[in-house]
Amino acid sequence: MLIKRKANILTSEITDRAVFESRRRFIKAAAAGSAALMLPTLAEAENGIYADVLTGPYSAPLSPTDYEDVTSYTNYYEFSTNKKDSSRLAQALKTRPWSVTVEGEVARPGIYDLEDILKDNPLEERIYRFRCVEAWSMIVPWIGFPLGQMLKRFEPTSNAKFVEFTTIYNPDVMIGQRSGVLEWPYTEGLRIDEAMHPLTIMATGMYDDELPKQNGAPLRLIVPWKYGFKSIKAVVKIRLLENMPDTAWNKSAPREYGFYANVNPEVSHPRWSQKRERVLGSSIFAAKRNTEKFNGYGEQVASLYSGMDLKKYY
Amino acid sequence: MALDKKYWTAIKACVFLLSLLPFVLLLKAAIQDQLGANPVEALHHGCGDWALRFLCLGLGLTPYRKITGQSWPIRFRRMMGLFAFFYATLHFLVYVILDLSGSWSAFKDEVPDSPYILMGLLTFFLMIPLAVTSTKAMQKRLAANWRKLHRLVYIIAITALIHFFWLVKADYTQPLVYALIIFVLLGFRMLLFLGKKINKIQSAWASE
Repeated sequence: MLIKRKANILTSEITDRAVFESRRRFIKAAAAGSAALMLPTLAEAENGIYADVLTGPYSAPLSPTDYEDVTSYTNYYEFSTNKKDSSRLAQALKTRPWSVTVEGEVARPGIYDLEDILKDNPLEERIYRFRCVEAWSMIVPWIGFPLGQMLKRFEPTSNAKFVEFTTIYNPDVMIGQRSGVLEWPYTEGLRIDEAMHPLTIMATGMYDDELPKQNGAPLRLIVPWKYGFKSIKAVVKIRLLENMPDTAWNKSAPREYGFYANVNPEVSHPRWSQKRERVLGSSIFAAKRNTEKFNGYGEQVASLYSGMDLKKYY
Repeated sequence: MALDKKYWTAIKACVFLLSLLPFVLLLKAAIQDQLGANPVEALHHGCGDWALRFLCLGLGLTPYRKITGQSWPIRFRRMMGLFAFFYATLHFLVYVILDLSGSWSAFKDEVPDSPYILMGLLTFFLMIPLAVTSTKAMQKRLAANWRKLHRLVYIIAITALIHFFWLVKADYTQPLVYALIIFVLLGFRMLLFLGKKINKIQSAWASE
């Protein structure tokens, strides 16, 4: 188990926890006697604009995947279905100014400027595992804030049972949106309790710096216990809804991509096994890693799905 | 083309080395760690792509001969077929040795859950008898049956395509391009075959 922490912690504990986590990381690295484990973090700490951001709770003391790998192997169909091409083509996206439209079952709908959102929501670092539905994984030190904390400021009504997210639609720049590979704009959704869960964050940075465009700048969702396609990029709209929203991959292939999309080695994709994952950046001779249920975050999130048949609600 | 035998040997050697080039480049990139974030996938897909390309090249030689009336393309048919088998073997070995780490339990976990892998395995196994009987000696020994056996390549082209289609998530552009090429190459043979049949019937009627 990566994370020893239970989900129900007091906000007053967070700072201490953060200090503890970052210390633990330092000690762990030192104890391992591996300078290499610490060096990237320290080197980036000198350059990154988020160098001073503390490691938050729920962050696992994992050694991040190489930045080069994380930024050159991206699924961003808005630009290209080829991972390398999408990394390059995404550079054309203008990520400032940026605003997020908040609609639906909230007392305070409106168009919120990204700078204001970032001012209102203190940033923290979360080192999470990221598991793609294509059976590869990586470890990314995200910079962001809990989604639930942001949503609370918009004052969801008692009818708000689901949250829908929408990616920017701009086929002039996002040339992949001119094709019919998926229905554009890309949308994703969460149940409200999933959205409010403290593991769920909105990320605006990674590796102590701003989020690269191919990784979903300037604002993306990160739900670490779900397959990567749930963690929608370049979010421009958030709607709170009473009914379950449609999601892009579910519309494209409903038998293959469900609304929940929880990482689960016991439930295969109809066309491939989900029991193992290729860890990005590992040696060509390295064996694949055994995929963990809920991507290793079961202790925190399994209770959200108690009594549900996860084979049916995949 | 009335070229000397030694010229043909030289040309064949060049084509052989050229066909080996993708392998050399993939190997070089693997050794120099230039295959990107997922080197096993890059190798795996690289070899699979080349297997399919050589299959298309091999299937293209007969139509080329029929259209141009030149006989030289047939000299390369065996080589193209064997290179298709070479890259398919590498594709298979990369999957078994690198992707599954040679683990039987990994094989048992993953293969039955993946229709596209089953289709890939079928394709590979269908290629083996053709590779084994590719020598001149075997060709002589099997005589008329050799032709019949080697018609398996039409089935192989189709199962290879299905293998490709089944692994794609949403963007079918690449397998569609190969499907179009193979459709044209097999369609050409189909038309030729039907043409012969019609000729036979016509001449049978005429002689009555």
